[in-house]
Amino acid sequence: MRFKIFFSRFVPYLLLIVVTLPIIIGYVWILISTFSTRTYGLLPVDKAGRPGGWTLSNWSFLSKPEIWMVTSNTFILASGLTIGVVVVSMMAGYALSRIKFPGRKAFLSLTLILHAFPTVTLLIAIYFVLRWISVIPVLGRGLPIIGGFGYNTLGGVILVSLALQLPLGIWLMKGFFDNVSWDMERAALIDGCSRFRTWREVMVPQIRPGIAALSIFSFIQGWGSFIIPYSYMVNANRATIATYLNNLLSETAPTNYSMVAAVGLFQLLPVLVFYIFTQKYLLSIFAGGVKGAA
Amino acid sequence: MKVDIVNLTKKFGGIIAVDSINLDIKDGEFVAFLGPSGCGKTTTLLMIAGIYKPTDGDILFDGKRVNNFPPKDRDIGMVFQSYALYPHMSVFQNLTYPLLIKKRPREEMKKEAQRVADMMGIGHLLKRRPGQLSGGQQQRVALGRALIKKPRLLLFDEPLSNLDARLRISMRGEIKKLQKDLGITSIYVTHDQIEALTMADRIAVIKDGVLQAYTDPEDLHDRPKTLFIAEFIGNPPMNLFDVEIKSEAGRVYANLGNGARLAIPESRKLKKLVEGKVKMGIRPQDIHAGSEDGISTEIALVEPMGRDDLIVSKVGNAEVHFLVDPIMKLRMGDRIKLRFDMEKSQFFDIKTELSLLWD
Repeated sequence: MRFKIFFSRFVPYLLLIVVTLPIIIGYVWILISTFSTRTYGLLPVDKAGRPGGWTLSNWSFLSKPEIWMVTSNTFILASGLTIGVVVVSMMAGYALSRIKFPGRKAFLSLTLILHAFPTVTLLIAIYFVLRWISVIPVLGRGLPIIGGFGYNTLGGVILVSLALQLPLGIWLMKGFFDNVSWDMERAALIDGCSRFRTWREVMVPQIRPGIAALSIFSFIQGWGSFIIPYSYMVNANRATIATYLNNLLSETAPTNYSMVAAVGLFQLLPVLVFYIFTQKYLLSIFAGGVKGAA
Repeated sequence: MKVDIVNLTKKFGGIIAVDSINLDIKDGEFVAFLGPSGCGKTTTLLMIAGIYKPTDGDILFDGKRVNNFPPKDRDIGMVFQSYALYPHMSVFQNLTYPLLIKKRPREEMKKEAQRVADMMGIGHLLKRRPGQLSGGQQQRVALGRALIKKPRLLLFDEPLSNLDARLRISMRGEIKKLQKDLGITSIYVTHDQIEALTMADRIAVIKDGVLQAYTDPEDLHDRPKTLFIAEFIGNPPMNLFDVEIKSEAGRVYANLGNGARLAIPESRKLKKLVEGKVKMGIRPQDIHAGSEDGISTEIALVEPMGRDDLIVSKVGNAEVHFLVDPIMKLRMGDRIKLRFDMEKSQFFDIKTELSLLWD
């Protein structure tokens, strides 16, 4: 009997540990190697291969202005993406959930198909679209902070990422709105609200967990995105941490993997901290309820 | 406020949910819409509220056509089955939300909230969230929110369905008293006939989107115009069986089969003298057991209901339900004589399902 309890308790954990071990070792290696000259397995070694060789030199990139430029760019990209996705998804999700209009079903399935497209297949087509946007005065390349919405601007990258992220966001928000009772909305209308005010003051507060989850999800997505900024931004100083990291890999020969690891960890840290504090909201995406709203 | 509903129709795609209903509701009247679920009563209510647009027909408030008025311009209050309170607001905010939208001053909101809360007996709960209240308290808040802007028309959409039986009975009385005290014209949607019969001045019975009857509770109970109403109204439900009408020596009889027959009195003379098959209805409380004469029968089932025992037995080919005093201690298999109070009997045409007694 005790044996059985032992098995039902510890076997699952044992399996989980074995399965996650490679990932955990990976993270441990990153952490160790950022503070060492070289590593031999998980063991830090110096140039001659003797154990030891602890160093802070891998973190020297922090003193370059470049890294802070790309960090702020990445932050602007992630925030811009988040705000855009949340605002558009909240409105589109509400409309798709509550309002009957011709083409509603078709629109819903179309967004799903769009979501299924691999980003890579669209790269060249989007390149041309961005080039065309570039020619538009002001909007193309004349805006502060984001530079505009054309090719080789931060705004352009936000725009493309936003478009690719929207199907997920819209479906998610529609799902959350579907779960809000019709009666509550009707009560607000009878109490004297306009449709917009009902949406803003009664409906949106009910789906706060969903909004939180989508925001976090989008932010993490934007923070780590690589292929889009890499394709549509050419200047290194305008690029994001991910492209900076890529640069580091190809530029220096032989590649200084300890420094790559340090930059990688630097990129990872905000996400990890963010994740620890917000994971309960992220989980609600999968739970899909509005129970936490009250 | 006087409400007139003229040929009101609502179609969802090809499905007719409400089929040209005509109703008039007098100022201060309490009207119930009664029918099984999915019969169109809530759809009708939502059209009156302005949530749904009618496909056809008109809604008149005090003679003024309001078809195209949005809900906020109709001066109505509504109470929902699910309470539909705003969970992110406190009770005070819930109550005063209609006033907030109307941009009333803060002092007035406070005063009105206190007045309504005291009226509903929820004055001590103003700071709580709806999630911290019991079902009955939530329903009081919902009622208070509907009343605070002093609407000219109150709409109830099965407001008591989610409450437990005991609370339902006390809330029934409270709502009726409140409605009479305030004199607000009210429409009350329910599938519970007892609620409709006890609360309403007049009841509109709706089935499959069609208005079956619109009359006062007593008339509905004693003079059902259709077979549906006869089946639907009354608890326990009316006995209905196929009988054959035959005249013999100047008297009219209803044959139950197997030699059992009942004489139909003068007062229940059929509109058209039909010979042949009709549906006869008689309520369980109008069949009396234990008399000296009458139709003999064997008891098939006894269902104790507390105040009465509901007995099932067979008369002719028909299964008959009736009530007896539990003191008689009847058991399955006992034989008993039944007297049918034919002055209370009902007759319906089998094909049209319309009453053969009442127009």
